[in-house]
Amino acid sequence: MSLLAIERLGVSIGTTVVLHEVSLRLEAGEILGLVGESGSGKSMTALAVMGLLPEGTQATGSVRLAGREITTLAERELCRLRGAGVGMIFQEPMTALNPLMTIGDQVAETLIVHRGLARSEARRIARDRLDRVGLPAPRFPLTLFPHELSGGQRQRVAIALAIALRPQLLIADEPTTALDVTTQAEVLDLLRELAHEEGMALLLITHDLAVTAQMAARVAVMQDGRIVEEGPTEALFRAPARPYTRALLAAARLAPLSDEYLDQGKATGAFSCQEDPKPDAGALLRVEDARRSYRLPRPALFAPAPARHAVDGVSFALHPGESLGLVGESGCGKSTLTRAILGLDPLSGGRITLAGAPVSPRMPPAQRAAVQVVFQDPYGSFDPRQTVARLIAEPFHLTGRPPDAEARIDAALSDVGLSPADRDRYIHEFSGGQRQRLAIARALIIRPRLIVLDEAVSALDVRVRAQVLALLARLQAAHGLSYLFISHDLSVVRAVTTRCLVMQAGKIVEEGPTADLFTAPRHPYTRRLLAATPRLPETWSTLDPPPASGA
Amino acid sequence: MARFLLLRTLSLAASLLAASLVIFAAIEVVPGDPASYMLGMNAAPDTVAALRDQLGLNEPLGWRYLHWLAGLLQGDFGISYTYKTPVSGLIAERLALSAPLAGLALILSTALALPAGLIAAARRGKGADLAVTGLAQIGIAVPNFWFAMMLVALFALRWQLLPAGGFPGWAHPAAALRALILPAIALALPQAAILARILRSALIEAMAQDYIRTARAKGLSRRAALTRHALRNALIPVLTVLGMQFSFLLAGAIIIENVFYLPGLGRLIFQAITQRDLIVVESAVMLLVVAVIVVSFVTDLAYALVDPRLRRPA
Amino acid sequence: MRPALLIGAGLSGLAVAAAALSLVWTPWDPAAMAIGARLQPPSATHWMGTDHFGRDILSMLMAGARTSLAVALAAVAIGAGIGTPLGLAAAASRGSLLDATLARLNDLIFAFPALVTAILITATLGPSALNATLAIGLFNIPVFARTARGAALSLWTLDYIRAARVAGKGRARISAEHVLPNIASLLIVQATIQASLGILAEAGLSYVGLGAQPPTASWGRMLAEAQTMVALAPHVALFPGLAIVLTVLGLNLLGDGLRDALDPRLRGRLT
Repeated sequence: MSLLAIERLGVSIGTTVVLHEVSLRLEAGEILGLVGESGSGKSMTALAVMGLLPEGTQATGSVRLAGREITTLAERELCRLRGAGVGMIFQEPMTALNPLMTIGDQVAETLIVHRGLARSEARRIARDRLDRVGLPAPRFPLTLFPHELSGGQRQRVAIALAIALRPQLLIADEPTTALDVTTQAEVLDLLRELAHEEGMALLLITHDLAVTAQMAARVAVMQDGRIVEEGPTEALFRAPARPYTRALLAAARLAPLSDEYLDQGKATGAFSCQEDPKPDAGALLRVEDARRSYRLPRPALFAPAPARHAVDGVSFALHPGESLGLVGESGCGKSTLTRAILGLDPLSGGRITLAGAPVSPRMPPAQRAAVQVVFQDPYGSFDPRQTVARLIAEPFHLTGRPPDAEARIDAALSDVGLSPADRDRYIHEFSGGQRQRLAIARALIIRPRLIVLDEAVSALDVRVRAQVLALLARLQAAHGLSYLFISHDLSVVRAVTTRCLVMQAGKIVEEGPTADLFTAPRHPYTRRLLAATPRLPETWSTLDPPPASGA
Repeated sequence: MARFLLLRTLSLAASLLAASLVIFAAIEVVPGDPASYMLGMNAAPDTVAALRDQLGLNEPLGWRYLHWLAGLLQGDFGISYTYKTPVSGLIAERLALSAPLAGLALILSTALALPAGLIAAARRGKGADLAVTGLAQIGIAVPNFWFAMMLVALFALRWQLLPAGGFPGWAHPAAALRALILPAIALALPQAAILARILRSALIEAMAQDYIRTARAKGLSRRAALTRHALRNALIPVLTVLGMQFSFLLAGAIIIENVFYLPGLGRLIFQAITQRDLIVVESAVMLLVVAVIVVSFVTDLAYALVDPRLRRPA
Repeated sequence: MRPALLIGAGLSGLAVAAAALSLVWTPWDPAAMAIGARLQPPSATHWMGTDHFGRDILSMLMAGARTSLAVALAAVAIGAGIGTPLGLAAAASRGSLLDATLARLNDLIFAFPALVTAILITATLGPSALNATLAIGLFNIPVFARTARGAALSLWTLDYIRAARVAGKGRARISAEHVLPNIASLLIVQATIQASLGILAEAGLSYVGLGAQPPTASWGRMLAEAQTMVALAPHVALFPGLAIVLTVLGLNLLGDGLRDALDPRLRGRLT
């Protein structure tokens, strides 16, 4: 008998069907990866297993946990099951814990609710569980509050309270998506270890195929509320039967820039020759010993205020036509540096020059026109009350509105693969990927020399991400653009840049051609980052045609 | 925590100082010479001048401000122009009515609002919720003085259950309490409506947070998640409103005191304004402002007790 | 449809219509006294009866609606007109001296008991509808400033504001072009709430004799005059009170309904 057996599970909200005849099995102690793009129904499946479907949803079909049908259980019975028979952790560790309750009490609560333990006994077990998830006693007392912990540590607390009663099944819904790669690797290790040592089955929900490949023995692929394919991970990834799975895998396996592409680029003069760096010759963007520090609150009333050096003596140059990557984890200072390069915030030391003129918040419009930007969040990047034509024409504010403005708006829309007919629509009518195309159109419209791509594809699903990256490469070749590509995601940086900087704690710790950096990293931090980045095994090639299967 | 306390105390002192300046300046621009008011229309000019001298009205402005401030700090609020008695005594006498009235109203409004808000949030969208939100909507719209008149018409005049107005003084505690019942209800009900609404929406907002999902995933029922996790998080906006209500009840009683002919602080201020008894106005308004500022200081401390992020910033 | 919005719009519309109609027509002259027809209960000739001077209560209510709405709306205009730009400026220069000063000023105004201060102001400047408007309007300023600042601050963290800055737009221009239109719905909701509070405040001030002076009709003063007769002729106190309750209720429901209708989480589906 399977530990978890979902059969023909259907969920609908009103007349919208969100899950369509979903069937899944999970054996005791097994790790199953449930992958799919946003909106494919992964989380809804998990909530159905927990009996926590939002109000107003109707479910059909059957979900059995250890042989017990749970779709028909009374709420009271479900409460007894949740936390004891099945635990769950969620994506956002920063908000998943009650900010007003100590971590000890939050873990102990699981034990008190289900076992009716005395508080002292519950706290003793809570201590043990926190030790187990890597938050050992002296450094992490039970009396800490969530805000005193980092994101990764909070996710460990969430895991501790989910496994406090050693449930047979743990559901992890995008447990590491909000974490940095090195933290992600640690949390994934912990989950795998727990599943192995406690004999706990793990349903791992993720959009990341590489994470699945690393973690799960078996995988199920979801699309539009259906399971489209299911099987042992390696076999399925080597030979996906469905075109959708194949497309996902192809998009996830971003190839580094090909040699032909680089040669072609060099021939047309689109890229500078990064093998021959002459730092002083005609750099487009030059950052020299840039520093930016923030004053922290004083530790004691009359003590001097300590400073945090967000950017601590950064120097580099970006050449015309070059595509330069800047990678680092959250808090490394890359956002602060980006704002300074865009002339939004001042530096506290050093200087930045763009096309020979100094960059500052007060630089004249004509100079500002040399750089434009594409931000991460496709939903927050546009004023919801303006039409597309007005939105993407905004940078004309810098240059003065040219006589052919209307034609250029149409051209920019066509350039990014949208239609000039879209000009009178509002932003909410576009998908996330389309919005990032619009953001690129807005950046392109005044033909800047440099486009800063600030995590520009991080919020996109893999297939859309691959399309946008291809668009960026095409536009660069066509218009001779330079990119400064800022990202936390090494695989993306590898796919679009020719040279790369690695930033840690406000400093550039390594710099070099992207290909070298990925094959022969020199700095220990770069090595750590690379080792932590989940990758689809190179040998599981899907680029070969799928083996003809007679069965 | 020490740092938090010190900063809050410094800002408390600064607010008090700023408020005292504003009040003093405002009183200075009020037209009408208190001396002529006190002596009547037909007083001889030199008598008026002598009185002005005696009242210290001829001193330089800055000097008079400092003098007033020093007096306030020692509990010496000066002598009322009209009553010719120490202002501190007048105010104390009126506070003996206004403070218990405000306290009574606050207790009443909290006792009504907390269960109402909790029930409404727990049974969101159900009959109990609709009843609470509907009543609260009406409670907010009712002018308290009209509500007071209706209470008087029914409970005092028609059914003769409670006195229609007046205050016998605390020498007769039972009668005094009876005299305060209708005013306290009239004051409390609209405030209870506001508080219940705030609590309900704060609870509903808290129930939508991620940590509630976590709590539900570990096996808490909806009700347990509400009382154990959401309630405490919803207290923060509720505390803010409670703090504001206390001062409102203290000062806002002015109109209710008019309806019930109660000799409270509000009526003292009102009469003093019309009689140009500026020294009484000055001190009484200052006292109310002190109450507001001190209450908001206490509210801040209460925040810190509820919220560890203020108590122990990471 | 949303029932709150409908009822709110209906009740508020009724008050506005009564006020507008009173400019050209009332059943009786609201100021005409008829000693012979004192304290009459509601009847076919006087739908809501007459007061102790024999004046027609319905006509007085219609004329009083004019005063109440005029005072409340003008006070909202003062508050929104001064408070909104201050709040926008504070948000645009977050952490600056201007922001800090405005925050202190706001706290200071909130420290003064509104009613006492309004009484002080009207007593100082003399009781009149205009001075009542000024006193109520003064207290609306920090409310709008705080609302505008809070809403604007959350917008300033969004990428489209940063994109506008990259496009070289100054803070004032961004505030006008991007921030104000996006917080307008919130300000409209606040305006209806402040209008309802303004009607209550005007009634309170008139009740203690510091609002509109005779012969201007006023709901608050009607209640003050009715107080001594509440046992004798309850209808004299009942109708003005109901007029206030229904108008305030209407504005509050309208505000709530608008808030739901304009909720940014739903906006995508509505526009």
